[in-house]
Amino acid sequence: MKYESSLKRAQGLGSAKSGVHHWLVQRITAMALIPLGLWFMGFSLLLLTSSYEEAHTSFSSLWIVTLSISFVIALFYHASLGMQVIWEDYVPHELTRWSLIMGTHLFCSFLAILSIISILKIFLT
Amino acid sequence: MVQLRLPPNSRIKKGKTFSSPTKSAHMKLFHIYRYDPDDKENPRLDTYELNLEECGPMVLDALIKIKNEVDPTLTFRRSCREGICGSCAMNIDGTNTLACIKHIEECKSDVKITPLPHLYVIKDLVPDLSFAYSQYDSIKPWIQSDETPPPDRERLQSIQEREKLDGLWECILCFCCTTSCPSYWWSGDKYLGPATLLQSYRWIADSRDEATGERLNALEDPFKLYRCHTIMNCTNTCPKSLNPAKAIGKIKEKMVERL
Repeated sequence: MKYESSLKRAQGLGSAKSGVHHWLVQRITAMALIPLGLWFMGFSLLLLTSSYEEAHTSFSSLWIVTLSISFVIALFYHASLGMQVIWEDYVPHELTRWSLIMGTHLFCSFLAILSIISILKIFLT
Repeated sequence: MVQLRLPPNSRIKKGKTFSSPTKSAHMKLFHIYRYDPDDKENPRLDTYELNLEECGPMVLDALIKIKNEVDPTLTFRRSCREGICGSCAMNIDGTNTLACIKHIEECKSDVKITPLPHLYVIKDLVPDLSFAYSQYDSIKPWIQSDETPPPDRERLQSIQEREKLDGLWECILCFCCTTSCPSYWWSGDKYLGPATLLQSYRWIADSRDEATGERLNALEDPFKLYRCHTIMNCTNTCPKSLNPAKAIGKIKEKMVERL
């Protein structure tokens, strides 16, 4: 039996003192992804019609590499923040929710690192 | 995961039908949610046929007529009957609104009336709002000031400062907005909901209140504030035509402003 008041339940553990950074970065990465995403789609179409040598050469440009890495960072950062919101909304079980959030952050970080190293490898060889 | 279907003991069954003793060219059917915690039965949808020529123009008039003349067991809250107390908030024709300011004529076909969604039902159209009131209580909805007010006059406010409260002070706490919000349905135990957040902004925006920082501190939380995903159901449903989504957006602006 619980005698705790409704107000105590409403107050919970108080404020987590976070959320602004998540909210702001989600919007900044979303805005960055508009031009970067359009550029990446155009660049991908160009790569589809290029030979292996032409594609390899295009990655020797500092601009292409910078834009590609920026796109990868914005994409995976935005994806992990967005997925976190979905888990928080729809998974009420605390442990499952935290596992999914941590798993998503680790998986997105891993994919981002893998993509960046791959781009740098083409750039440096 | 989220429970998408109602639990078995909450699923609505077909109820009784009450025909009108008098007939006219203006007849209307009202399907009303009925639940009695004492009889251990599932909720049901009773149908009442009303002759609109013998009834007032609002949905609340119809409910009062049913209670007075057809079925005295029908339970609902009402008080002011002019849209200022918020007691008769319920879901009419799929939208949360106040029965006293909803015209029966606005309902194209039959009128379906259920309690405010996603709250525990005490009886019939009476939901349990005690937790929502506690959430409202938790934001300390009163003026906070360390400065002693002058003994000979009020705390002054310019016309421009007072204008910032327009669109906020009119909220009557009927909780139509809060109970229309999917984020509140999923995370209502932590998310404060649009009504409470609009009220919180009412004090944040008040030039006489000196606890703005503390108020923002208390809201800076992924659940208390940031469960708002700008779905806008709150603004669409508000019977007072207020804009809780805009007020929540203003709180988020303040959060960024102080970074």
